[in-house]
Formats: sequence, structure tokens, C-alpha cells
Amino acid sequence: MNPFSYSRAAGAADAIRLGAVAGTKYLGGGTNLVDLMREGAEHPEALVDVTALSREIEEREDGGLMIGAAVRNTALAEHRAVRQRYPMLSRAILAGASAQIRNMATIGGNLLQRTRCTYFYDGEGSRCNKREPGQGCDAIDGFNRNHAILGASPACVATHPSDMCVALAALDASVHIEGRSGKRSVPLVELHRLPDGRPDLDTVLEPGELITAIELPALPLASRSTYRKVRDRASYAFALVSVAAALEVESGTVKDVRLALGGVAHKPWRAWRAEEALRGQPASEDAFRAAAEAELADASPLKDNAFKVELARRTIVAVLGDLAGAGR
Amino acid sequence: MAITINGSDVEAPGDARVSLLDLVRDRLNLPGTKKGCNQGACGACTVLVDGERVLSCMTLAVQCEGRSVTTIEGLAAGGALHSLQQAFIDHDGFQCGYCTPGQICSAVGMIAEIERGVPSVITADLGGEGLSLSREEIQERMSGNLCRCGAHNGIIDAISEILVREAAE
Ligand SMILES: Cc1cc2nc3c(=O)[nH]c(=O)nc-3n(C[C@H](O)[C@H](O)[C@H](O)COP(=O)(O)OP(=O)(O)OC[C@H]3O[C@@H](n4cnc5c(N)ncnc54)[C@H](O)[C@@H]3O)c2cc1C
Ligand code: FES
Ligand code: FES
Repeated sequence: MNPFSYSRAAGAADAIRLGAVAGTKYLGGGTNLVDLMREGAEHPEALVDVTALSREIEEREDGGLMIGAAVRNTALAEHRAVRQRYPMLSRAILAGASAQIRNMATIGGNLLQRTRCTYFYDGEGSRCNKREPGQGCDAIDGFNRNHAILGASPACVATHPSDMCVALAALDASVHIEGRSGKRSVPLVELHRLPDGRPDLDTVLEPGELITAIELPALPLASRSTYRKVRDRASYAFALVSVAAALEVESGTVKDVRLALGGVAHKPWRAWRAEEALRGQPASEDAFRAAAEAELADASPLKDNAFKVELARRTIVAVLGDLAGAGR
Repeated sequence: MAITINGSDVEAPGDARVSLLDLVRDRLNLPGTKKGCNQGACGACTVLVDGERVLSCMTLAVQCEGRSVTTIEGLAAGGALHSLQQAFIDHDGFQCGYCTPGQICSAVGMIAEIERGVPSVITADLGGEGLSLSREEIQERMSGNLCRCGAHNGIIDAISEILVREAAE
């Protein structure tokens, strides 16, 4: 690891001032950044610890939540209002990493964690356009069982690894951002990018911009929601495919639905097409399958990951079936 | 600001690269905490920071300034074994012992989480009050600690015993 300086920001304004220096990165729990620095995939010269940002989970009068960027993953998953109003979010967080890592990880850091593509990590031996723009991608013809089936580009087939973000994508969350030029708010589904020609850019954040909070709008149908993660072992592994879903059924008809997929793309994948296909349809297995197929129609699997298309289809159908059954 | 380690104040290292794990093992002569993978994947380095279980390999020592760290050496008060240490002995919860300090610190943190009502991903009713203390629950909650010797059954037995005993109290 290269030497670096360490300082603690007292709050957002202090962090943005310290973060303005080139070569500086914000540090949350460090569970991703420290690892990548050791592997030689990140080389910041200065770390600004931002764990003194807000740790509040504020309950809004309309039923929504404002979640400070320094809230630890465990604290969000265990919060009463999250468990009752947005159970898919609790489950998604609890399905990720291990208890120790969830105790360390912040919400801001979870949003910005980087891909687990092994070629991205392998700073010494592999080519990676995300690490070194223009270098080439060794995953495209390499071992790509864990890689993307949707939205990839000839430059990059990496996936976004976060479980939490899949639930946030389904829940219409927005991300509050502060930088030297002011404050803005971006829908979570627009925070992360598809790789196109610039896989080195994971998100739309400008250099030095800080995430200060995540906002969850009130979403009554989310009180009946869940998250299912399919992985190679029962616990403590990244998703092959995951599904976050909320379903509202009235007299056997789908009144409203939220659906997002993880493990399939460079960003948490909101399944807009499947949602569109489902609204107003009977809450039946046939309709769930048709919706899954609509979403996956454009899937373009790689050498080793064609199984993900079928796995995603079946997981969507199973999760929606469970939610419909529980509501009967 | 100092780091409090097992009750004693220690100065943070000048080099920010030093992990909490390397600080306790190499500089403070507290080798109980083990280095397995050094990348967050095995749990051998688990310690308690302000009472919460965390991975010392992924923690920069400087992040702990002003905080209180407990390692396996800090659990046995005045030479008497911690109840979990005794339970690991009683249930053959180890073979080589390399994962054991991390397992025990992790279990201490896990029991505090259960007492606080933190659910796990397999908790059936997230809105419910009481938490199940089933084997499956303990396995899921302890999945961040790997044992290469295959002592997992004894480890879960040891933790179950303490959990059941504490729940009865
Ligand atoms: C062994 C292992 C297994 C894992 N398994 C899973 C899993 O199954 N599912 C899953 O979802 N995740 C998993 N993770 C990843 C884990 O969830 C992330 O490492 C964690 O959420 C990152 O949070 P952090 O606070 O530690 O981030 P850090 O490592 O501190 O930071 C990550 C990035 O975010 C930036 N950053 C942090 N805070 C801010 C802010 N407020 N504003 C702007 N930028 C910021 C940093 O500069 C850095 O680029 C695993 C990790 C490990 C090590
Ligand atoms: S040594 Fe820290 S998790 Fe393996
Ligand atoms: S006892 Fe040997 S690794 Fe667990």
C-alpha cells in the first residue's frame, strides 16, 4: 500500500473542504476501500474519514425515512421502521457480507462499493478498463461466470455487488449529494452508470462530491416486500442473482409492483419492463413469467453465465409467487 | 487521542497504513487475534470495538482513536475464563485453535446483537419481537467466521449453551 494521510472530517462542510484536494478519497467503514488499496486497485494519497456525518434515521411525517450517510449497515437493517415499512431493505442488507462487516460498513460506502470482478482486483496480472481506462478487459473472454447479462458494453462486463442498492432501487430511493458547487439529489437508479465506453466511472458523482443521506419516500406497498439472494453457498457470498420485490394485489389483480435485480448488471437493475408488463394483470404464475421474460428479453450472456438468465427468470417468478401467496 | 485496548490507552501509530490487527499483534504483543486472509473473508481477526464485533484486518488503527477495543486477551477477567471460552473447551469447539479467538469475540458480539433484537436474514418475522435461538440462526449469524478444521458443530454447540443459559437468566 502507498503511504497516505488520514484525517477526520467534523461534518459535511469540513469533508468537502478536505475532499477538494486531488488524490483524496472519503473513508466510511473502509471495508471496501482499504481492501482495494491493499490490492493496488486504488491509490489515494489522503483519506478523509466521514463517519462523523449524520448517523440519524429520521422518520418523516408522511412515513418516509431520511437516512444519514454514516449510518452503519446493521443499524439500518435493525431499525424498527425499516423492518416494518421496508422489509426488503432489512433483508437485503442482512443478506450481504457478514455481521462484522455490516457493523463496520456505512450506507454511503455501501452505495459506492466497487465491483468484485476478479480482473479488476488483480492489479498486477490482468487488464481492466475500470482500473486502467483503455487497457482492455480480461473478463470478456475470461472466467465470467459472475459477470453481467444486462446492460454491459464491449469495454466492461462487471456487475455492481451491493445487495442494499437493489432494494433501494426498487424502493424509489434518492441520494442526497453535496459538493463545492452546492447540493443536489439524484434518484438511486440514476446514481450508478452503465459502463458504455467509460467503465472507470461507476457513478454520476463529480470528483469531491459527498453523499450525505439517502431518502426513502413513503411507499405503503413496500410493507409487503422481500429480497431473495441466490448464491453459491448459503451465507457470506455475493449474489449470483438477487431479486427485490414489493407487490400489491387487489381482487386477484396486480395493482402495483416494484421489482429490481442484483448480480446481473453494472448497476442495481430496476426491472421497469417487468413492472409495466405486470400492472393490471392477474397475479398468476403465467403473468409473473411473462413479466420476467419481458425484462430478460435483451439479456446477452457471456461464455460462462448463461445460467443467470434462467436463474433470474425463476427467482422473479418464485419471489412474486410468494408475495402473492402471502397476501391471499 | 488514544486508542483504548483492553482497558489501557495506546497511542495511534504514526503510519496510517497500520491495521488494527497489525497494531495489536506486532506492536502490542497481543498475538491472540489471528491473521487468516487479511481481506475480510475469514473472521479470524474479529475483535470488539465499542462492544461491536468488527474485523481488525479491515480496520485502520487510526480509525479507532477515541474508541475502545477488546481482544481475546481482554475477555478473561482476572485470569478466569470467559463463559464462552469455557464452553468452547467443554464442547470441543476447536482443533488447531487458529479461528478460535475470532470465533469467541464474534460470539460475544453476536449475543449482544441478539439481546438488542437485531434480526438475521433468516429471521422469519422481521416485525416480531422475540428472536429464535435455533441452530440455523446461530449458523447464519456466525457465518463470518470460518473454521478450516471442521470444528463448526462444537462451536455452534458451545454458543448455543451460553445463549440458552443467558436467555434463562
Ligand atoms: C468479504 C466481504 C464480503 C462481502 N459481501 C458482500 C455481500 O454479500 N453483499 C454486499 O452488498 N456487500 C458485500 N461486501 C461489501 C460491503 O458491503 C462493502 O464493503 C461496504 O458496504 C462498504 O462500506 P464502507 O463504509 O466500508 O465503505 P468504504 O470502504 O469506506 O468506502 C467505499 C467507497 O465509498 C466511498 N465513500 C464512502 N463514504 C462516502 C460518502 N459519504 N460520500 C462519498 N463517497 C463515500 C469511498 O471513498 C470508497 O470509494 C462484502 C465485503 C467483504 C470484504
Ligand atoms: S484476517 Fe480478517 S477476515 Fe480474515
Ligand atoms: S480450529 Fe482450526 S481453523 Fe478452526
